[in-house]
Amino acid sequence: MVSYAARKRKNSITMGLCTAAALFGIMWLLLILVVLVWEGFSGLSLAVFTEITPSMGSVGGGLLNAIIGSIMMTVVAVLVGAPLGVLAGTYMAEYGRYNKLTNVVRFINDILLSAPSIVIGLFIYEVLVAPFGGFSGWAGAAALAVIVIPVVVRTTEDMLLLVPGQLREAATALGLPRSIVIKQVAYKAAITGIVTGVLLAVARVSGETAPLLFTALSNNFLSLDMGQPIASLPVVIYNFTKTPDENMQQLAWTGALLITFTVLAMSISARALSTRKKK
Amino acid sequence: MTTQSATQPVPPAIPAGPLTEKVSVRNLKFYYGNSLALKGINLPLYDRIVTAFIGPSGCGKSTLLRVLNRMYDLYPGQRAEGEVLVDGQNVLNPGQDLNALRAKVGMVFQKPTPFPMSIYDNIAFGVRLYESLNKAEMDERVESSLRRAAIWDEVKDKLGASGQSLSGGQQQRLCIARTVAVKPEVILFDEPCSALDPISTSKVEELIDELKEDYTIAIVTHNMQQAARVSQFTAFMYLGELVEFAETTKIFTAPQDKRTQDYITGRFG
Repeated sequence: MVSYAARKRKNSITMGLCTAAALFGIMWLLLILVVLVWEGFSGLSLAVFTEITPSMGSVGGGLLNAIIGSIMMTVVAVLVGAPLGVLAGTYMAEYGRYNKLTNVVRFINDILLSAPSIVIGLFIYEVLVAPFGGFSGWAGAAALAVIVIPVVVRTTEDMLLLVPGQLREAATALGLPRSIVIKQVAYKAAITGIVTGVLLAVARVSGETAPLLFTALSNNFLSLDMGQPIASLPVVIYNFTKTPDENMQQLAWTGALLITFTVLAMSISARALSTRKKK
Repeated sequence: MTTQSATQPVPPAIPAGPLTEKVSVRNLKFYYGNSLALKGINLPLYDRIVTAFIGPSGCGKSTLLRVLNRMYDLYPGQRAEGEVLVDGQNVLNPGQDLNALRAKVGMVFQKPTPFPMSIYDNIAFGVRLYESLNKAEMDERVESSLRRAAIWDEVKDKLGASGQSLSGGQQQRLCIARTVAVKPEVILFDEPCSALDPISTSKVEELIDELKEDYTIAIVTHNMQQAARVSQFTAFMYLGELVEFAETTKIFTAPQDKRTQDYITGRFG
């Protein structure tokens, strides 16, 4: 038997190591945030939201076209991807819970979930860009949708699996048909989790650059036509950081700040939504 | 309800006159995959009578209950053979409308399971599917169901509150109210008191006693005192077989089978 003092000592050493590891990890994240705020905040002005991206060597300009483009493509991607994901997740958790197909879909979905996003961009390039003659907002949205789907499938299935089977049995015992049990009991119990999943998917795609590079490309002008190349914040940041133009570099920092805080806000609201319900 | 004072609880009296069989179980075999869980059960449930199923864990009493409303259909690999006649109709027929059966044969579970919605909607939810009632009629149905389950006075001022905000005992009575609201003819209770405190338990028992005036009731219980208090007939099951079925008084005072005798005197189980 190890003495109490020895156990306590061992405990504090282990605790110390764990805490240090946690702090070390968080430190870098905080550092990124601090640098981002430091560099990006100074460039923040009304013009960022009202003017389009500048050309090389000019002064001023903003990120209007990139912001609009990002919003448009994200909205389309979520409108397409979220319903598909929720339906697939519902099939897996409710109708096909004991089917082989569900296991196959889950396996493939997990692969898709961790697939490098540039591969998804290449895939969309092959099936939508190359055969149909050019880069477009639709292709960009499609690439983002392919990223949204597995995230939503996963969270929907997980959240529905968390709904106690007894609740389903109780609803079934009242003679309620399956569809009503799912829509009015299972969804009601799982709704915050499912919405959280969709929000996290939005957060995930709003920072994606790689899948947009060869699908939506970019556009130096404000375009609302999804059939044409369209600008997006991540791609504009990517392009502007490569230029020697300081004005453009500054805008890249500001764009990065915008994305980060949008994603942060979305993650926090997702978190708030899921904890509020638990009380 | 009979008092709990004496060591020997007195079961409710069996009404005079001939009993009608509401449910008849005939040579029922049940399989979980390849394992045989019920080995040919024959048993009647009499109309407006409480029948208790007792027996050690794993003897098949809950399984039997879940056959009566075909709850097992939710899960793959579970199947039943034989006949379960409800009002003379074999509900094990593949063509049986399961939703209609479950509306007729209601079930209350071991753990209270209020739906994630208001108290009012917990009751109205099932009713809406079968009947189109106007607001006043629905209000009336919700109230009468909650009254029937002896919980009206406790919730009448907070019908909009979440069903899940109630205490465990209240939740269970809410679940009973919900079951009663869709007007079933048979109610199956699967250990309805095992998660409740003694006071809630006696309330639910009282309720079962009142409900038997209108419904055919089957109750699975681990508590032999409870079986003796609420039921008029008792079925003792052991290892998937129905060992003995008789009037509750008989089972508890003069069991015919040695195994029944051993179980009720606490020698095993």
